[in-house]
Amino acid sequence: MTSHQVVPIKVYVAVWAALSILTMTTWQVALIDLGPFNIIAAITIAVVKMLLVVTIFMHVRQADSLTRLYVGAGFLWLVILLGILLCDYLSRSWIPGGQFWPSGPAMIVGG
Amino acid sequence: MEQQFSSAQLGMWAFLLTEIMFFGGMFGAYTVYRSMYPGAFQSTTHYMNVTLGMANTLVLIASSLTMALAVRSAQVDNQKMLRIMIVLTLFFGFVFLGIKGYEYHEKWVEHLIPGPHFEYNVPNYAHQAQILFFLYFAMTGTHALHMVIGAGLLTYLLIKSYKGSFSSHYYTPVEIIGLYWHFVDIVWIFLFPLLYLIGAHLHA
Amino acid sequence: MSTAIETPRSTETLNYLNTKYGWKSWLFTTDHKRIAILYLISISFFFLLGGIFAMLVRLELATPAGDLFNSDTYNKLFTMHGIVMIFFFLIPSIPATLGNFLIPMMIGAKDLAFPRINLLSWYIYIVAGLIAVGTMAYGGVDTGWTFYPPFSSTYSRTYVVAAAIAVFVSGFSSILTGLNFIVTIHKMRAPGMTFDRLPLFVWAHYATSLIQLLGTPVVAITIALLGLERIFHVGIFDPAIGGDPILFQHLFWFYSHPAVYIMILPGMGVINEIVACFSRKRPFGYPFIAGSSIGIAVLGFLVWGHHMFVTGQSMYASLVFSLLSMAVAVPSAIKVFNWTATMYKGSIRFETPMLYAFGFIGLFTIGGLTGLFLATLATNVHLTDTYFVVAHFHYVMVGGMVLGYLGGLHFWWPKITGRMYPEFWGKLSALIVFVGFNFTFFPQFLAGYAGMPRRYHAYAPEYQVFNVMSTAGASVLGIGFTLPLIYLIWSLFYGPKAPANPWGAKGLEWETSSPPPTYNFDTPPVMNEEAYNYSGDDTGVHVG
Ligand SMILES: [Cu+2]
Repeated sequence: MTSHQVVPIKVYVAVWAALSILTMTTWQVALIDLGPFNIIAAITIAVVKMLLVVTIFMHVRQADSLTRLYVGAGFLWLVILLGILLCDYLSRSWIPGGQFWPSGPAMIVGG
Repeated sequence: MEQQFSSAQLGMWAFLLTEIMFFGGMFGAYTVYRSMYPGAFQSTTHYMNVTLGMANTLVLIASSLTMALAVRSAQVDNQKMLRIMIVLTLFFGFVFLGIKGYEYHEKWVEHLIPGPHFEYNVPNYAHQAQILFFLYFAMTGTHALHMVIGAGLLTYLLIKSYKGSFSSHYYTPVEIIGLYWHFVDIVWIFLFPLLYLIGAHLHA
Repeated sequence: MSTAIETPRSTETLNYLNTKYGWKSWLFTTDHKRIAILYLISISFFFLLGGIFAMLVRLELATPAGDLFNSDTYNKLFTMHGIVMIFFFLIPSIPATLGNFLIPMMIGAKDLAFPRINLLSWYIYIVAGLIAVGTMAYGGVDTGWTFYPPFSSTYSRTYVVAAAIAVFVSGFSSILTGLNFIVTIHKMRAPGMTFDRLPLFVWAHYATSLIQLLGTPVVAITIALLGLERIFHVGIFDPAIGGDPILFQHLFWFYSHPAVYIMILPGMGVINEIVACFSRKRPFGYPFIAGSSIGIAVLGFLVWGHHMFVTGQSMYASLVFSLLSMAVAVPSAIKVFNWTATMYKGSIRFETPMLYAFGFIGLFTIGGLTGLFLATLATNVHLTDTYFVVAHFHYVMVGGMVLGYLGGLHFWWPKITGRMYPEFWGKLSALIVFVGFNFTFFPQFLAGYAGMPRRYHAYAPEYQVFNVMSTAGASVLGIGFTLPLIYLIWSLFYGPKAPANPWGAKGLEWETSSPPPTYNFDTPPVMNEEAYNYSGDDTGVHVG
């Protein structure tokens, strides 16, 4: 436990400025049609903002490895949940033999 | 004291793990339906108040800054600054909730509350868009509930700080309530692009 | 230490039971040992309640015709049996009672890290329990403990929302217990109590707590969304308006499969302690047993789809889920092999806790291996929603967890109460439970394999022979569970006084008096030897 070190005010203000700028960026980027990259850009910017908050505001940069392990586990488990969910939904319309089911709600495919 | 501080800190992080998964269930539903109904989800952006969403994001980021500075003030034993920063954080929190309430009212007026009175002028998408609005209310509602709880905790901190409970030797509650407040901020950082900006490029 | 108004009787030393008297000293206590007792009483009530529902179910099934109850009543009976047993008995059973009592003592601490949160979690449990009991008193719920939509969200005419609230609230109790254990295990260990000296019981509870933290919130929010859908008639899971009911199953089983490990891991922890003590040997492969607990907790989160093979889930996802489900068998098997290897060439004593441990190992193995049948895609199609599944999870939950719980309760009963239970009656009821259990549930494997579906109150006559055996076995099992209730309560008053360490067991909890003082140890303990240092101590007498 070493988070008693005091972080200078200017670091906090710099993080705040970065977060505000990234908020504007995420909005501006969303206005451009990037196809599938819109969502990727939005998530990437959000993850960067999250990392800024977690490391500086929440003092994980100074924290011990146990705290870091718990922070990492939290996000890993979220990825497990979302990832495995998507594995099901994205592969539901696949038909053996390489033919893809015509468009439409994937859930009606059934067995 | 050191033992107590580090226990409380680990406890809060463990609790935040739970919170991540609590919101995670809704993010899971969001992911699934967005991948299932991309068109309908994009069409909803037209009905979102992006300006207010942006404003709220900036308000919340500012409140995170004041919260971080509140913890810092406690660390350096600056009692006056500690109180000012807690009050500012509370203030931003209430601004956020006020704007959120106004947005909810807008949705009410426009019949965008899911349920029997839901109206959507793209008939093909009516059912599917309703799912997005359900998720919108569930996610922002749960988030707002966390803000309200956070405001309660901040009020508790304020009272305690007027009693002179905190110093550079003991500021555990400030630190762990700060962690909670930043977490709530992070949730919003994800909610904003995912709920307000899905189809922004179509309406630019 | 004592603030009691009455002075304690002079013949007894001060302990956590006699320092204070009166109901206030119990309901406002923050002593983990007293909270454990509060939990013990409450879960015993729910075990009894769930047991009554089970008996009614078995009575109905004694004959093929649906003659005792109509189908609606029967649906409510098995639903309430499931909800009570899973959320109000199995989930809190070992962690909240034995875990609560023993973890601080085993690691040499005065209490849990957050004693008041510990009490809060009991109150939350009680609130949830009262809501559940109220729901049942008003007419109950008939969705099955799984709350599948769209039946639960749209069609059921019973008190689904109230039951959902009960489950939602009970989840927070479980989360707070897990959180408390994790912080306690990390931060409160006595000097010398390194992670490689931690009792395996504590390791098992650490893994359990991780699942409680990471899984419970997901089912909580899912049940909440379901309740909202039912109240406001908005569709997130309703296929009629574009929702996907399978999504509910995904989110539900994301918790509820790992929840099986919330139920079984603490039981495995108990068995580790019992087997080591009554074989008088160090557990074979300590790091593997500890690691397999964590392995089960992690892998357990990757396999939930095996409950959904026939639902219309992607067949590619099913393939992966099937494979990963097989993989969970590995850490489970490591445990079983290590227990048997621990017993090999040990000087085994056949006391009551050890009998339960034998029962656990045998029945859990059967339960686990039949799980592989169900994890196999092709056989799953044949066996899903039959009595084979019912038999499988009762082998794990009753044959595993309940036997582990009873074994642990007997093992630590002298420590908890300061009294010895009657050994003869203990052995006899362990035997009755084992026989009754197999008579109840083994025929269900056969009935299920022959095609008898679960959750029906009437069935084809050719299954009657299995069901009559099962119902007869259930009455034997009922006797086996009632006997401990009687003689354990009897022992509180008439049982001989227990010494500090009646089994000659290793571990810090045995080095303090029975029952322990309020702050567990008169002098702060230091762990100055390896865990389970049974070597060179074959007399079985340990001077503590
Ligand atoms: Cu499972």
